[in-house]
Amino acid sequence: MTATSSASIGSAPLRAPLDIGFDYTRSLGPLLSEFMTGLAARRIHGVRGSDGRVHVPPVEYDPVTAEALTELVPVAAEGTVLSWAWNPEPLDGQPLSSPFAWIFVRLDGADTAMLHALRVESSEQVRTGMRVRVCWAERPVGHITDIACFEPANGPASEQPAAEPGEPVTMMTAPVHLRYQHSVSAEESRYLRGLAEGRLLGQRCPVCGKVYIPPRGACPTDGVPTEGEVELPDRGVITTFCIVNVPFLGQRITPPYVAAYVLLDGADIAFLHLVLGCDAEDVRMGMRVKAAWRPREEWDTTLRNIDHFEPSGEPDAPFDSYAQHL
Amino acid sequence: MPGQDIAVVGFAQSPNVRSSEATTNGVEMLVPIFHELLASTGLSKEDIGFWCSGSSDYLAGRAFSFIAAVDAIGAFPPINESHVEADAAWALYEAWVKIRTGEVDTALVYGFGKSSAGQLRRVLALQLDPYTVAPLWPDSVGVAGLQARLGIEAGSWSEREMAEVAARSRAAALDNPHAQLSGVVDVEQLLAAPYLADPLRAHDCAPITDGASAIVLASGERASQLCERPAWITGFEHRIDSANLGARDLTTSPSTSGAGRAALNGKSGVDVAELHAPFSHQEIVLRQALQFGEQVRVNPSGGALCGNPMFSAGLERIGHAASQVHSGSAGRVLAHATSGPALQQNLVCVMEGSDS
Repeated sequence: MTATSSASIGSAPLRAPLDIGFDYTRSLGPLLSEFMTGLAARRIHGVRGSDGRVHVPPVEYDPVTAEALTELVPVAAEGTVLSWAWNPEPLDGQPLSSPFAWIFVRLDGADTAMLHALRVESSEQVRTGMRVRVCWAERPVGHITDIACFEPANGPASEQPAAEPGEPVTMMTAPVHLRYQHSVSAEESRYLRGLAEGRLLGQRCPVCGKVYIPPRGACPTDGVPTEGEVELPDRGVITTFCIVNVPFLGQRITPPYVAAYVLLDGADIAFLHLVLGCDAEDVRMGMRVKAAWRPREEWDTTLRNIDHFEPSGEPDAPFDSYAQHL
Repeated sequence: MPGQDIAVVGFAQSPNVRSSEATTNGVEMLVPIFHELLASTGLSKEDIGFWCSGSSDYLAGRAFSFIAAVDAIGAFPPINESHVEADAAWALYEAWVKIRTGEVDTALVYGFGKSSAGQLRRVLALQLDPYTVAPLWPDSVGVAGLQARLGIEAGSWSEREMAEVAARSRAAALDNPHAQLSGVVDVEQLLAAPYLADPLRAHDCAPITDGASAIVLASGERASQLCERPAWITGFEHRIDSANLGARDLTTSPSTSGAGRAALNGKSGVDVAELHAPFSHQEIVLRQALQFGEQVRVNPSGGALCGNPMFSAGLERIGHAASQVHSGSAGRVLAHATSGPALQQNLVCVMEGSDS
């Protein structure tokens, strides 16, 4: 996950783009494995359903009887359009990047429709009942996108002969990348703008009186927004901590290091931060710490402005002073 | 009323808006409607036996977003809580079952979604088969367009009838202060507009909407104490059709017919129906599936075409239908909710006043 912070400082809630992505890997099972292995060789298979209908793409279980289906049937790479919808503004990941038609196409030899994209110049060139054929991807790999798209079947076909099936395809990758505009609440925005000025701004729940940093759109105990402004010092106490010894993807610091809950003086809720400036083995519950700020020119609306916390040298806080905040 | 009878006794919703300043965890939209709902029923949060919500992490772009929403409740002391990754109409179903077990006698159900945070029609492609369909990223408008043309070319409906649905919905929404779209529009004018995604025009598609809503359920005497005219649930059913879009007849909705028959259980004569149809032709599919005659008033709220907050638009339909019973303006009402692409999954809730 990556997020970039916005520099827009005003009074409206802060927002920033949030782009997330993951490449899902899926095991195919016997039926879809055979279908995908066929695609890699430019061959399309359907499956015969309980009622004799041939489903393309194949379904593992009959949609009516729920019977497990196993009989694969070869079908043509050409068929008839049963319905279409124009797509004037293709989105990321769709089969074509210039305007195209979504189609339901029934391939010759199949009884059900397949959803795919038809490459044409304009919606004038599409009609229900027209004949279309598959355009294969240049290098099929055993994925539904090996069918790059469909094209009208009226011109000469390009030379894309079927091959002998190769090694069985048993896995597929499905990348999912989504973009969001992430907003923080009005309360969190005050806090983040405070950080940009080097200030730590909390708020108080009007019902229970607890001081939250960051402040919240709803006190988790009372369900009402926190209010007012409570400026907190940049020092406090470690309530609990964890020594990180395990390396992981995206780790920024070489282990071992200490992640700790820091309860700022005057706050009722601790937050997680990094503790440096001493050996990991010397960190303890009750240890007094102070913020180590990054250089002022690097400050933004983010808690990253505090690079880490480090021992302040003050005597440890007695357990009773933070026992209620564990 | 016997102990197992369950009624909708309260409903509140946030305004349907194109883009809210709220966070994706829904807290800012939920806090005011929880307060409104508890005040109108005279309940405190400690009185609620069970909480259940509907929302989606794909809409929020973050994992476990429904957990952050629980802050809006003020969940201390700890509460009895559950969540569905579906429209909150299905959360209401879960709460209804929970009350029927006898474990609790009240439930508060809520749904929320900030559709504007991401690219809604693209996000909805992730509802499709993950092996052979979703990797092509078919957007929700494209899938609905394929369905609409099938019906147009089969003679099941026309572009004019679709525009008539849109015009009637916008006019009805004039009486709904929370609607995102409303107004008096001329069918000829609608038909003169260019296609958004041939055969769909903008008026055929529900707007992108941020919103939230909440309902209180109560059983037996508790319901009668909380509400002057409870909307007693006399039938509550949901059914699903095949996920394989190309293998079913998209111009009909067998799952709606089945759920409607089971929920009505032989009764006829619905006064008002709230149907969750995110596309104009889908309202026609639903009316045909439920075999409505002319006497049924459909979508007096304006329906999803005038505001479609994802994951609460179905719950909102139930709330609006129940309000017709609460106010005494209807005896028997039917509310419908849908989930999935092209009306794949459908739920029907029938409610009645005690004197109907």
